[in-house]
Amino acid sequence: MSKYSIFSLARNAMSFHQNWEKVWRSPEPKKQYDVIIVGGGGHGLATAYYLAKEHGIKNIAVLEKGWIGGGNTGRNTTIVRSNYLWDESAHLYEKAMKLWEGLSQDLNYNVMFSQRGVYNLGHNLQDMRDIERRVNANRLNGIDGYVVGPEEIKRAIPALNVDAGCRYPVLGASFQPRAGVARHDAVAWGFARGADQHGVDIIQNCEVTAIRQENGEVTGVETSKGTILAKKVGVVVAGHCSVLADMAGFRMPIESHPLQALVSEPIKPVLDTVVMSNAVHGYVSQSDKGDLVIGAGIDSYTGYGQRGSFSGIEHTVAAIIEMFPIFSRVRMNRQWGGIVDTTPDACPIIGNTPVKGLYFNCGWGTGGFKATPGSGWVFAHNIATGAPHELNAAFGLDRFTSGFLIDEHGAAGVAH
Amino acid sequence: MLLIECPWCGERDESEFSYAGEAHIARPLETEKLSDEEWANYLFLRKNIKGLHREQWNHAAGCRRYFNVERNTVSYKISGSYKIGEQGPVGDDT
Repeated sequence: MSKYSIFSLARNAMSFHQNWEKVWRSPEPKKQYDVIIVGGGGHGLATAYYLAKEHGIKNIAVLEKGWIGGGNTGRNTTIVRSNYLWDESAHLYEKAMKLWEGLSQDLNYNVMFSQRGVYNLGHNLQDMRDIERRVNANRLNGIDGYVVGPEEIKRAIPALNVDAGCRYPVLGASFQPRAGVARHDAVAWGFARGADQHGVDIIQNCEVTAIRQENGEVTGVETSKGTILAKKVGVVVAGHCSVLADMAGFRMPIESHPLQALVSEPIKPVLDTVVMSNAVHGYVSQSDKGDLVIGAGIDSYTGYGQRGSFSGIEHTVAAIIEMFPIFSRVRMNRQWGGIVDTTPDACPIIGNTPVKGLYFNCGWGTGGFKATPGSGWVFAHNIATGAPHELNAAFGLDRFTSGFLIDEHGAAGVAH
Repeated sequence: MLLIECPWCGERDESEFSYAGEAHIARPLETEKLSDEEWANYLFLRKNIKGLHREQWNHAAGCRRYFNVERNTVSYKISGSYKIGEQGPVGDDT
């Protein structure tokens, strides 16, 4: 596989870009692999990539029931940040942030990571206390961030309404300068290309229908393309993890909810950072194409339908207009939904399961995209060694029995 | 938009209701004898069914009473509502 560079671009220009080679192969599945990853989203592909690159396990299959990156990886609002409150999650998301910062070079694929900063707005005294506490906790954990007042916010984001007389006045915000956005499809494609270069078989349109076990140990999976054997199976299927857990014979502390997002028609540059608000419940950024990328909260009820409710759209748009009244005349172009796997403490579940050789990485809920490289990094370690990485040791399934929950509703809240 | 039938008030728009999770989870009686696993099972573990799901709703902007609904979690089609304590309908899984 050739390396992307200015020279490969020039060489391919000679043949009018007709001869670029395929970015990844599409092999038929082999009978047996060392490791099977179920789920070809960003997290699954990153897991396969780091398993091959960091742990030298090359005989890997990634099984995807649809097309890679067609689930939540292609449906999120692309925000990346690491300003989480508690030590456990702060360290995990900050590991991801450090990987993001070198990801395009590492993958030799432009993931368009743009550190344009993220503002989390506060609208009342308690919001501001929470923001100050979280920023202080972040700084103690070596994560950048500071508290800004309304004047500074107004200078940075002229379109934002900081009028003291409005229903939800902006009293301040936390600002993480290293946060930003990345191109979500490119993340899936870049990790797929990287994994494929290391010999990983990416098998699309291959749905897992059963998990084979003998004496409490996993032996492989049944799929729509036949039986595939492996002693280690990593499941990274976001909204469908309860379905896979049911196949394996245990239950998860997870409920799947629809979460929707929408984008506007492309407009001239108006917003060069990311703005989120827990209180009015919305977040917005502007893509390089010029569309406003808008999201908000989950639908309250559980669902696997990959579409959101109309009342959800109404709430989302109302929140955005509250923050940016000038967006009220912008027309929305597209709307879609994904299925998010929410946990009781708004933190992921990464680690071993009651079945030996079967590992789960799920429960990222509304905010998994930002963690993609870090999630793959720790999960690859967990699968390769059979024991959690120090960064995901606290995120095991056993925390719901021990009571050691990591309550991130404040930092995860609406902010994805 | 869901059209939900409250057993007391009739069919109303989903925005009048709030969702209250999986139905038919009985609180264990002898709580002092429960193991940690049993507590985790009661508090956190959910069926999270893909298909027909029995769930609780509260008519928050109406009579403010709780009731149960059977709903398909893929098509979101509601097969029926029933009062707390009743058996409820057996919907078709379509």
